[in-house]
Amino acid sequence: MSMLDALRIAVRAIVANRLRSLLTLLGLVIGVSSVIALIAVGQGTQKGVSDQIRGLGTDLIFIEPSAAATTQQGGTTALFTTTLTQADAYAIAANGNPAISAVTSHITGDVQAIAGANNVGAESVFTSSNYAEVRDLEVAVGSFIAPQHDDAGSLVAVLGSRVAETLYPGVDPIGQEVRLSFLAGRVVFAFTVIGVLQEVGGVADANDQVFVPITGLANRFRFLYTPTGDLRVTQIDVQATPGADTEELKQQVTDLLLFRHNRTDPDFTIESQDDLLDAASEVANTLSILLGVVGGISLLVGGIGVMNIMLVSVTERTREIGIRRAVGATAKDIVNQFVTEALALSVFGGIIGIVIGVVASLLVDGRQLGDQEMTTVIQAWSIAAAFGVSAGVGLLSGIYPAWRATVVDPIAALRNE
Amino acid sequence: MIRLDSVRKTFTTGDTQIHALDGVSLEIERGEFVAIMGQSGSGKSTMMNIIGLLDRPDEGAYLLSGQNVATLNEHARARLRGTAFGFVFQSYSLLPRMSALEQVELPLIYQGVRDRRRRAAEALVRVGLADRIGHRPTQLSGGEQQRVAIARSLVVDPLVVLADEPTGALDTATGHEVMTLLSDLVDQHGMTIILVTHEPEVAAFADRTVRMRDGQIIEDTGASSDANASRAEPTT
Repeated sequence: MSMLDALRIAVRAIVANRLRSLLTLLGLVIGVSSVIALIAVGQGTQKGVSDQIRGLGTDLIFIEPSAAATTQQGGTTALFTTTLTQADAYAIAANGNPAISAVTSHITGDVQAIAGANNVGAESVFTSSNYAEVRDLEVAVGSFIAPQHDDAGSLVAVLGSRVAETLYPGVDPIGQEVRLSFLAGRVVFAFTVIGVLQEVGGVADANDQVFVPITGLANRFRFLYTPTGDLRVTQIDVQATPGADTEELKQQVTDLLLFRHNRTDPDFTIESQDDLLDAASEVANTLSILLGVVGGISLLVGGIGVMNIMLVSVTERTREIGIRRAVGATAKDIVNQFVTEALALSVFGGIIGIVIGVVASLLVDGRQLGDQEMTTVIQAWSIAAAFGVSAGVGLLSGIYPAWRATVVDPIAALRNE
Repeated sequence: MIRLDSVRKTFTTGDTQIHALDGVSLEIERGEFVAIMGQSGSGKSTMMNIIGLLDRPDEGAYLLSGQNVATLNEHARARLRGTAFGFVFQSYSLLPRMSALEQVELPLIYQGVRDRRRRAAEALVRVGLADRIGHRPTQLSGGEQQRVAIARSLVVDPLVVLADEPTGALDTATGHEVMTLLSDLVDQHGMTIILVTHEPEVAAFADRTVRMRDGQIIEDTGASSDANASRAEPTT
């Protein structure tokens, strides 16, 4: 019997049992499409997180108070326990290290931003003029904090795009007054808006932040100073010169800070962007694998469905097998017939699954899910793997029923009418 | 052409052994129309299954055109079954959802024959179903279905057509028509037919009647001399 004849017989049998074939296909379609879509979501998440970390700037090293020093995380509390100071940042910059292109430091704290009748919860970033450059932030209107604001300790504010939209719908925010309420409303200061940032893609925080010169607040909040008169900061960002060895730079900065803090074990953590990327992609990879496994399980269930249907089909078609044997079909012909049928089902299901998986991935890409934007990256290997597994599962699940078909005794089969 | 020598076949059901064939010797020549008669359990169907290579004997020899086929492996038997024998069963044994033409093409598919369509159509013309080629079993009468089955058995130009109670499911008049068709095939085309039946009126169409009881041949109206000799002097 030729392959074409085997295929024709298989297609006829599939079409003859339309509903049953459709339900069998459904299992495979769901399996293949979920593998493709879930892996696309996993990979998209990985890309999203990576983009976000890269979006923080280029060649950055982040220094933060160590976990022990900030047992109670969150803006203002971390402030009272931090051992990092603005003087540390100046010392790093003053080192004259050619591997360093810029150093900035900041304090973050939760604030309520109020303008007229509008108000919004935001994160305040007390920083200095070089923050925008280090963090690659672009201003949409107005300007960022300028060096003269640093020097004068001006009460000016630059708003993240979402903060500006909420506070000044349809109004030019430049020159307007924004009041920032600190420490749960105990302290309120008024600032003049001098700029609004461009919207940042992904799930970046900058859209929900308000930037003000650290000097302006330091003059008013004495507790921002350590007993020895240094200004506390909750984060120092070091921008490395492009091409510099960030691992070596990390070590140099660590040594400097240990010396300044007079310690042997660090009271801070120091991480490069690469460290963050590694950690994030590890998490995202785990997510990808998890999603892939979920998809794989549904594919397996789909495959078992094919086996089940083929077994039913063999039992139901005992008479047909008997007739075919009587007119000269060999055991091999019968195996071919059932394997071809299972394979045709699973290849067809695989193709539909690929189409649905790809379309679903494309539809989900860029959609908002809660406050998260979904990103999907369709992987060619996931398509190949899903299709391969579905065809393989189809083949395997066809072989056992096909073998069962060959042991059907033609005489008994013909009597079974 | 067909020669069975002291063929035995025993089925075991639980503790009891049933000797379906208990030393049967039989010879059938080309162009013969043989009816095998007997009550159910007499072994006639078992003998037909063995002749048709659907079953194999426990003991004894089976020579088909001089070749011992009792010892062939399953694959070879299936191939030979497809080319040397055509089967007609009591219940037509047609596949559902296939047109008459496709039913008749079926044996040719397994032989990898080209020109299947034309040969199948010719076979259907031979059994008088030229105008029923595209009909499915559900659209055909019992007699017509049996004719399709006969066409399917003829299409491979078999050495022998084996008909197992071909009129069993038909009314008398239709059964008569089917038997006339089979007789014509023998008379006009020199076909060899072995017919299994328990109805004397059906057996009357055949030229020779072999009567069986308890796994043995008890009467043979026209046995050739060779077959008589082998029965008189068992070779085992």
